[in-house]
Amino acid sequence: MEILVCVKRVPDTAENEIEINRDGSDIERDDLVYSVNEWDNYAVEEAIQIVDKVGGAVTVVSLGDEESEEVVRREMAMGAHNGILVTDDVFAGSDGKGIAAILKAVVEKGTYDLILTGAQADDGAGQIGGMLAAMLDMPYASVVNSIEVLNDSQLKVGREIEGGNQEMNEIALPCVLSIQTGINEPRYVGIRGIRKVASVDIPIWGASDLGLDPANVGESGAGVKRVDYFVPELGEGAEILEGSNEEIAEKLIDLLKAKGGIK
Amino acid sequence: MAAQVFAYIEHKNGVADDTALELVSAARNIFPDASPAAIVTGSGADLDAVCNDLAASYSEVWKFDNEALAYPNAEAIRKLLVAVLPAEAVVLVPHDTFGMDLAPGLSIKLNSVFVSDAAGFESLDGDNLKVIRQEYSGQVSTHLMANISAGAVINVRPGVFQPDESKSATGQVIDKSSEIGELTVGRRFLEVVEAEAGDVDITKEDILVSVGRGIEDQDNIEIAQELAEVVGGVVSCSRPIVDAKWLEKPRQVGTSGQTVKPKVYMALGISGSFQHLGGIKGNPFIVAVNKNPKAPIFQIADVGVVEDLLDFVPVLTEKIQEGK
Ligand SMILES: Cc1cc2nc3c(=O)[nH]c(=O)nc-3n(C[C@H](O)[C@H](O)[C@H](O)COP(=O)(O)OP(=O)(O)OC[C@H]3O[C@@H](n4cnc5c(N)ncnc54)[C@H](O)[C@@H]3O)c2cc1C
Ligand SMILES: Cc1cc2nc3c(=O)[nH]c(=O)nc-3n(C[C@H](O)[C@H](O)[C@H](O)COP(=O)(O)OP(=O)(O)OC[C@H]3O[C@@H](n4cnc5c(N)ncnc54)[C@H](O)[C@@H]3O)c2cc1C
Repeated sequence: MEILVCVKRVPDTAENEIEINRDGSDIERDDLVYSVNEWDNYAVEEAIQIVDKVGGAVTVVSLGDEESEEVVRREMAMGAHNGILVTDDVFAGSDGKGIAAILKAVVEKGTYDLILTGAQADDGAGQIGGMLAAMLDMPYASVVNSIEVLNDSQLKVGREIEGGNQEMNEIALPCVLSIQTGINEPRYVGIRGIRKVASVDIPIWGASDLGLDPANVGESGAGVKRVDYFVPELGEGAEILEGSNEEIAEKLIDLLKAKGGIK
Repeated sequence: MAAQVFAYIEHKNGVADDTALELVSAARNIFPDASPAAIVTGSGADLDAVCNDLAASYSEVWKFDNEALAYPNAEAIRKLLVAVLPAEAVVLVPHDTFGMDLAPGLSIKLNSVFVSDAAGFESLDGDNLKVIRQEYSGQVSTHLMANISAGAVINVRPGVFQPDESKSATGQVIDKSSEIGELTVGRRFLEVVEAEAGDVDITKEDILVSVGRGIEDQDNIEIAQELAEVVGGVVSCSRPIVDAKWLEKPRQVGTSGQTVKPKVYMALGISGSFQHLGGIKGNPFIVAVNKNPKAPIFQIADVGVVEDLLDFVPVLTEKIQEGK
């Protein structure tokens, strides 16, 4: 099975406090630690496990600036066979549809049986997988937490729906799936793994390589435009307890007792 | 602006989802004079019951009755919507696992803009709709400007709009079933496998000590267990803890886990994503311990402690023990 996995380089929210830059045009990106979008790691792991079982190859593609090469390489260190970096100044300011249109061109430049995305990325949108499927006229399933290959033309997939229930479906190949966390345990990538793929050639494609008209992607093609980032005016918010840990603990114990928080 | 507004209604066992009435308010927030139409797909008596209830809240209820729609298959429903919706329709869909399945692809097929997980609408100026979203699991907010001249598909975050309980509409149910075209799909629904129950039932507990990714290591879960023991509660958690297999799935709080209604909820190292908060009901007294003062959990907590939980929680446990 030929599998394409879309991976996005994002600020690691577990490692960073996200702040807004001075003019509100973006988040403050100096000193941010970046990593692969959490969901995408699960997608790459799943693709590798499928190929281990039924044969084929895993290709990862990332769309972004040149720095995105590092996430492509990281996923290749996990075991993806091929990597593609898609970058071009004209892609800047793309909305979800723009990103999906660019990824569609990537899909069409190859032959894939299965395309995986993460269920969502740092924007929390969860939009690219569904858009890409519709653009390609392929069936789609979101928040997938299990995949079983039935035969050359069909998969059985579980979707994790509300309450942790699992909705089982049969889906025809080729298709697009967005992967939910927890579907597997992504393997650890050590320095040695990264070193192994350090000199592997990763092709870099821009708009002309993909046959894309710059007018349809990037800011000029965007029906949704980012205006600014802001910090919302908060309501009262929490009463923050101050003092040493001991002092805070004592204040908190009084509150907990009053609220039935200590039996 | 003559755009027609539609709300996609989720329902189960003959009862509309909570979001059904929230979308009325969301529609009015965009277009103050809107009389949105409800779109309800399904089959049989359950569908009729939902439609009849909704007529008190929507001026029009479009009913689509078909065996093939008995279980909501997003691909089939997308085909149906593309066939029946007027040009320039503005379609509101709840941002949950069904909305994530349906809406992005629907916007492609309708050739209209898509806005995901809208948490508010600020203004409509001509065709320009200014939308509020949250990013980085709620650490920052952003304004997007969506050009809705060709219509829009908007996923609305559940729980942010007050449900319109006025029941002031005297709407009519319009049976549109004859307009359903062919519904062949590439994805066939098989069954729903219910989540397994665990050794503890966190939905019945009054005191929950809940841990998130901030607990950092599996071994540290003990710290939460010790606190839970001295306060007489049990340990629950956020999704990443279950993904890492540090605790069992039945202990997960949130939209894809359990819905809990404790009296006291202690969130230790949990950022406060809407999917996590969606599982906390009944307005408990919430204590948040988080080393990031900007963590969104502090916006909804009653009391906050801005400390490293690995330092603070053992001190708290010890003090409680001393006082006993
Ligand atoms: C400075 C800045 C300006 C921006 N301006 C705008 C704007 O004007 N209008 C607007 O709508 N958006 C804007 N964006 C957001 C940007 O378009 C989003 O990154 C895009 O919408 C896709 O990301 P997502 O988080 O929404 O993807 P989601 O749909 O949440 O991601 C789901 C999955 O899609 C795949 N995926 C997503 N992005 C990529 C990628 N780049 N490469 C490979 N795979 C990917 C991954 O598998 C991911 O798990 C801006 C972003 C920045 C940083
Ligand atoms: C369809 C779908 C369904 C989902 N369902 C659920 C669900 O049911 N339940 C759920 O929880 N999530 C769910 N999620 C995931 C959700 O989006 C978030 O990713 C998740 O809730 C984040 O968990 P967290 O707060 O533990 O981790 P993070 O967001 O990483 O937050 C960790 C927090 O710990 C703090 N911290 C770190 N170290 C320390 C320390 N030493 N001391 C104190 N604080 C510290 C950090 O400042 C941070 O605020 C779902 C996502 C999707 C797409």
